Amino acid sequence: MTHAPEPAIEVRGLWKYFGHFPALRGLDLTLAKGRFLTIFGPNGAGKTTLIRVLSTQLKPSEGSVSVGGVDVAARADLLRHRIGLISHNTYLYAHLTALENLLFFGRMYGLADPRTRAMDLLTEVGLAGRMDDRVSGYSRGMQQRLSIARALLHDPDIMFLDEPYTGLDQHASRMLRGVLETLHTRDRTIVLTTHNIDQGLEMCDDVAIQVRGRLVFKEPIGAIDRGTFEEAYFEHVGKDYRWDS
Amino acid sequence: MGFLSRSWAIAQKDIIAELRARETVFSMLLFGFLVILIFNFGIEPGLREENLVKPGVLWAAFIFAGILGLNRSFASEKENDCLQGLLLCPVDRAVIYLGKLLGNVVFTFIMGIVVFVFFSVLYNVDIIATFLPIGLILLLTTIGFSAVGTLFSAVSVGIKARDVILSILLFPVMVPVVLAAAKSSASVLDGGGLSGGGLWLVLLVVYDVIFLAVSVMVFDYAVEE
Repeated sequence: MTHAPEPAIEVRGLWKYFGHFPALRGLDLTLAKGRFLTIFGPNGAGKTTLIRVLSTQLKPSEGSVSVGGVDVAARADLLRHRIGLISHNTYLYAHLTALENLLFFGRMYGLADPRTRAMDLLTEVGLAGRMDDRVSGYSRGMQQRLSIARALLHDPDIMFLDEPYTGLDQHASRMLRGVLETLHTRDRTIVLTTHNIDQGLEMCDDVAIQVRGRLVFKEPIGAIDRGTFEEAYFEHVGKDYRWDS
Repeated sequence: MGFLSRSWAIAQKDIIAELRARETVFSMLLFGFLVILIFNFGIEPGLREENLVKPGVLWAAFIFAGILGLNRSFASEKENDCLQGLLLCPVDRAVIYLGKLLGNVVFTFIMGIVVFVFFSVLYNVDIIATFLPIGLILLLTTIGFSAVGTLFSAVSVGIKARDVILSILLFPVMVPVVLAAAKSSASVLDGGGLSGGGLWLVLLVVYDVIFLAVSVMVFDYAVEE
């Protein structure tokens, strides 16, 4: 008898309101451990809100959300050392150097040897030569590379990436793809949101489309014809998409 | 790594950033000087020598200048959405509160000391005789002011008119602190030493303990979106 793999993420009937406005409307999602899910969706579909709920930044208004077997509403404190988040915001202190930023977050994550880990990651993201420069002097691409290092400091089991390619140059995009490939081969669970269909389909195991606060489509990558996916995407989203329609 | 060492890491990060940017302490000092200077011109020369007026001027300058620092405290965490990065760390919210509080206490205390020296020169105060007792009152006042101010700074950080909101929230709660600080320092400036303001000092200590405890307990709700 075979067992279904343990879900890393399980969301049931998730609603998230901002005032009276429902950004998420009864969203359901199950993702097995070690899978790589890409979520596509137009602006205002609620992708960032979903990532923020999954990563413990927001509490659900209704419904249940379990990440790594932990209820995010009740025990977010147990989950935070197991998740990493890369978003279009870098979460970096501009007046500190790259090394100081990583050492600070290393201390906050309670790493035994934050300096060695920080040095390794700075080398990996190609910033070792600029590690003593203040972040305020970094380009957008360099800041994003450093934010990737920050997110990987504590070697998380589950990675959330919210539009991570925003503002990245070719070199940084390639580096991010390399990081994602490595995480994927190491059996990490990954959830990526993006507008870019080519980048989104590159490495994932599962594809979902989010529209108006719900997932309207979710299939394994093998069940998708990459050549016609864009057409299928617009069919689900609707050519005259308006959030409130 | 323990609770206090993580809090210290946050304070240390704020202090390093301040040493480089020189935004918070510098603007607090400048504003403090200006308040004292304006009172100096606004008050009749004879009254300036009156110890009834002096404590009010000192603590008004302290509170107005201190507000500037508190406004910067969490505003600096909004840049690059650093506050969210901090909240994602697997640490108790009380660690974050204490870290930010420590930074605020350091900045506000430094400002208070320098403003007091400037005040002593303009208002003819014997700085040698009063420095230690006023320093103690200043420390207790700074702790109470920063304990409540750090909490309200976190509450108001996401609001557009946060400067105004912070002042509106903070000033009424600060009344007992300002009153106790003014009364106990009046006794020191009168030459009565700390013993003259004994009960007011006790009030300052009680205020500090209560508001520290309450702020630690409710900080989680203050930063929750």
